[in-house]
Amino acid sequence: MEPAVFADLRARLPAAAGAGVAHGVLVLTLGRDDVVATMRALKDDFAFDMLLDVTAVDWLPQTPRFEVVWHLYSTTHKARVRVKTRVDEADAAVDTLAPLYNAARYPERECHDMYGIRFRGNDDLRALLLYEGFVGHPLRRDYPKDGEQPLIPMRDPSRPA
Amino acid sequence: MHARNRTIPIAASSTHNPALEYMTTKKDEFVGWARKFSLFPYPFVTACCAMEFMAVSSTPYDTDRFGAALPRFSPRQSDLLMVVGTVTHKQAPILRKVYEQMCEPKWVMAFGACATSGGFYQNYAAVAGIDRIVPVDVYVPGCPPRPETVIDAIMQLQDRIARQPHPIVTRDF
Repeated sequence: MEPAVFADLRARLPAAAGAGVAHGVLVLTLGRDDVVATMRALKDDFAFDMLLDVTAVDWLPQTPRFEVVWHLYSTTHKARVRVKTRVDEADAAVDTLAPLYNAARYPERECHDMYGIRFRGNDDLRALLLYEGFVGHPLRRDYPKDGEQPLIPMRDPSRPA
Repeated sequence: MHARNRTIPIAASSTHNPALEYMTTKKDEFVGWARKFSLFPYPFVTACCAMEFMAVSSTPYDTDRFGAALPRFSPRQSDLLMVVGTVTHKQAPILRKVYEQMCEPKWVMAFGACATSGGFYQNYAAVAGIDRIVPVDVYVPGCPPRPETVIDAIMQLQDRIARQPHPIVTRDF
């Protein structure tokens, strides 16, 4: 059964009017500039107090190429909301959610590592899972599968000790 | 206690029990025999193979039989580097540094499919086999390997140690 808060959201939050449900999660597809305001409303007015993840999808060769995805959970309503927005490759940037949810800092770093999405306002987008000097973003679909970037010279495995 | 009341004779009576009064061997074999039962593993454990490493280390499989049960958690005190699990390019410098810190003589075991060849990983992150970082003496197949496979690898390594020349055996040894 659908959580009661979904009907409430559809009625009171303009961005959620007509939002569908996928796998029990209410899906909001927004414009890039509406994300932070909608998130603030979800947190302050509808008690979606927990940010679960920030990630992205590479839809190459579609344009806009990337889709940034946030997952929210409400410990009050026991309900989940997914927020999605599309950004173009030339300007792959969205506003950070770090001032709103402190938990956004690390997943935003990871998302920047893997997809090269910039989070405006997050002042710490250093490599998290990757390492300093790594060129490119390995979860982009045009990153070569065997694009290894060794940190030390590799030895020839057939050479004896 | 008087000397003639000893129950264990210190000197065997050579006429009745001549066994093991002396034996002949080669110096290399003698040193190799001592060394092969004195392996001090350094577990470089990175991934799920660790579970099987724990099983091998536990009582039912008893690697103490091969003198290889006591892990040293400093590479400077160990002579068998057991690389247990996937090694990524981010970790490669650490593995090489650990190997270089070990004193000679030293041996390396690639434990499991990932350490051997990268396993099913073929991507930007995983190293396709630790022999691209350090020389490997024995490879253990399996995902993860059975404890029996690991014991077989230890025994193969023991054979190799027993047969190889040992640099400490010199003319003055």
